[in-house]
Amino acid sequence: MADEGSFGTEVPSELQEPPLSTELAEDPTAAPESDIDVTAAAPEVLAESLGDYLKAWGRRIRAGESGALPIVAGLIVIIIFFQIERSRFDSAINLVNLLTQAAVYVLLGAAEIFALILSEIDLSVGWVLAVGGFAIAELVAPPVNFPWWLAILCGVGATAAIGYLQGSLITRLNVPSFVVTLAGLLAFEGVAIELATIDKSAVGGVMSVSTTSPIFKLVNSNISPGLSWIILVAVLAIFAALTLSRAARRRAQGLNAPPLSITLATIAVTAIGGIVLVYICNLNRGLLTPLKGVPWVVPFVGLVLVAYSILLGRTRVGRYLYAIGANPEAARRAGINVQRIRRLAFTLSAMTAGIAGLVYISFLGSISTDVDGGTYTLYGVAAAVIGGASLFGGRGKPIHALLGGLVIGIVFNGLALMGISAAGQYMATAIVLLVAAAVDALVRRRGAAG
Amino acid sequence: MSTGKSSLADERADAGTSDGKALLSLRGVTKRFGPVQALTRVDFDIPPGQVTALAGDNGAGKSVTIKTIAGLWEPDEGELLWEGKPVHLHGPRDAEALGITTIYQDLSLCENLDIVQNMFLGHELLRHRLLDEGSMELAAKKTLSELSVTTIRSIRQPVASLSGGQRQSVAVAKAVMSRAKLVILDEPTAALGVAQTRMVLSLIKRLAAQGVAVMVVSHNLNDVFEVADRIVILYLGRMVAQGPVSGFDATMVVENMTTGRSSRTAPAQPAESGKEA
Repeated sequence: MADEGSFGTEVPSELQEPPLSTELAEDPTAAPESDIDVTAAAPEVLAESLGDYLKAWGRRIRAGESGALPIVAGLIVIIIFFQIERSRFDSAINLVNLLTQAAVYVLLGAAEIFALILSEIDLSVGWVLAVGGFAIAELVAPPVNFPWWLAILCGVGATAAIGYLQGSLITRLNVPSFVVTLAGLLAFEGVAIELATIDKSAVGGVMSVSTTSPIFKLVNSNISPGLSWIILVAVLAIFAALTLSRAARRRAQGLNAPPLSITLATIAVTAIGGIVLVYICNLNRGLLTPLKGVPWVVPFVGLVLVAYSILLGRTRVGRYLYAIGANPEAARRAGINVQRIRRLAFTLSAMTAGIAGLVYISFLGSISTDVDGGTYTLYGVAAAVIGGASLFGGRGKPIHALLGGLVIGIVFNGLALMGISAAGQYMATAIVLLVAAAVDALVRRRGAAG
Repeated sequence: MSTGKSSLADERADAGTSDGKALLSLRGVTKRFGPVQALTRVDFDIPPGQVTALAGDNGAGKSVTIKTIAGLWEPDEGELLWEGKPVHLHGPRDAEALGITTIYQDLSLCENLDIVQNMFLGHELLRHRLLDEGSMELAAKKTLSELSVTTIRSIRQPVASLSGGQRQSVAVAKAVMSRAKLVILDEPTAALGVAQTRMVLSLIKRLAAQGVAVMVVSHNLNDVFEVADRIVILYLGRMVAQGPVSGFDATMVVENMTTGRSSRTAPAQPAESGKEA
């Protein structure tokens, strides 16, 4: 032992054993981090009581991690503004109209979110919507006469194939998505016009949907008030059961779970929202004949968004999308097939645009070559960004598309009610988009500074 | 006088020097890039349960060496022995399948994901085909506490909110989680402050104490002496010295790194063998 010791002494004293790790928690450098910890984690992770929860929320907002709050606040401000300016804004007929108008924007926003998460962009969604719309309208009409569900399946399937094609060009040829989907924007306008030309029933480039078809009824018929309430109760019961059982499971595993009061508050807020929605829709909004009930498109879009939320939040594919969006190299090193996931994202994006095409033809009862695909693309991007998805990648949820799409729908609807021209509507939307993008950049800067 | 730590480390270092016990051995590994001779007949052993420091100046071949071990490049000549048997690594997946994990500075983590999500990235646990967050969180918690990573307040916070040292801790824990047998850390303390460097170094020691073979690539001699059981020194693509850390002092290491030889003798060897006998 003595022999060995003689060499130990040659090591300078500052190289000797450092203080033990138990002291590390008191490191001066570690101390300021505790502040960040609290703000960055989701409040429900750390909070023990309702008070803690609200405090954590406040800290998070001050640190720039405000989540959906600015957009919800903005939404309320816009609604109040229109309400003051135009009392007809909150009439039942207008609110229900607004929901159906916004559905296309919401779906296009959801389509764009798949690309935005990857820090990519899909500029083709507007005309892919038109291709999907034409495909469905022509398949369900003579001479093809497909049943409505098969027409939808084929039309949406075709747009999914379009997305896979674009995704393959992006990943296999290594061409930026901006260029590939810009080419797609041009190419699919051509395809849409060609679809209108080859079908002889598309007179003057307009393809109509029969008013008796379930495709038309998606937007234009309502769930009966009684059934609306039953569905709402069922959905709320499932939501409550899942939320409560999830919290119970976490507690059983010995993990932090949100306090019961917060879980119950979440369920209560959701229930109130659902009740208000169904109540408004169930008011009689007919002028001559009674018209009441929730339009079928509302639960339809809801279902799509819930499915996407599960895909993004609860599956490996979703996890990998976020990982690739933030750090593709880390994802690759973790053994993720990055190119496959990227192709899938563009497939989902175009497929969602096809679903938006379905809602579009249902809303108008027809589709023509006059679809402004380019503008629709930009509404999709705008809806996602206004809602809170980041153009810088790694951040974005289907709920953001819902909020952003609603904002665009409300701005158009409200300004139109106020009698403001199309010029004014475009400019107002531009301002909303700029404010949202500025908030995104600001949040990022504050996050980085923290 | 020597501390208890150095004697313990020396004993472990001695135990691992014989070929049979090395987890990974490089034998005559040579790598050329066109006219550039990056590695020339490099031999060294990485024993389990010890920290092996790979030292060398810029351009000495440290990166080529770790990339060869990580399966990114195949050697032109020579071979890698894994637990005594020759292995051919045709890609990073081959290395990963053996249990080799390489942690590169700032390349291993996704900032927008939380600690648990990062630790399980690519190996998520599923329940009814959906992500089993609860089980993953429990396992991540257990691994972190086994490594005594205590400065992290919530494992559900995104990595973006962590300090550099905490990020290294998460990356190391991720390697442990994947049951890595050999963890290679590339400049683990390069961007860290004093306290965080200490935190990461003690974590590396605990990792080795769990029986994992650890290789640390570092410029920083203080770190090397603090954490390593063994040192391997490269100079212009050749292995010029290797052995237990007690056989070196700072001057010898610097001389070997900068000139490829040391004017001083290595006094440790006779003493060590005497002790073993």
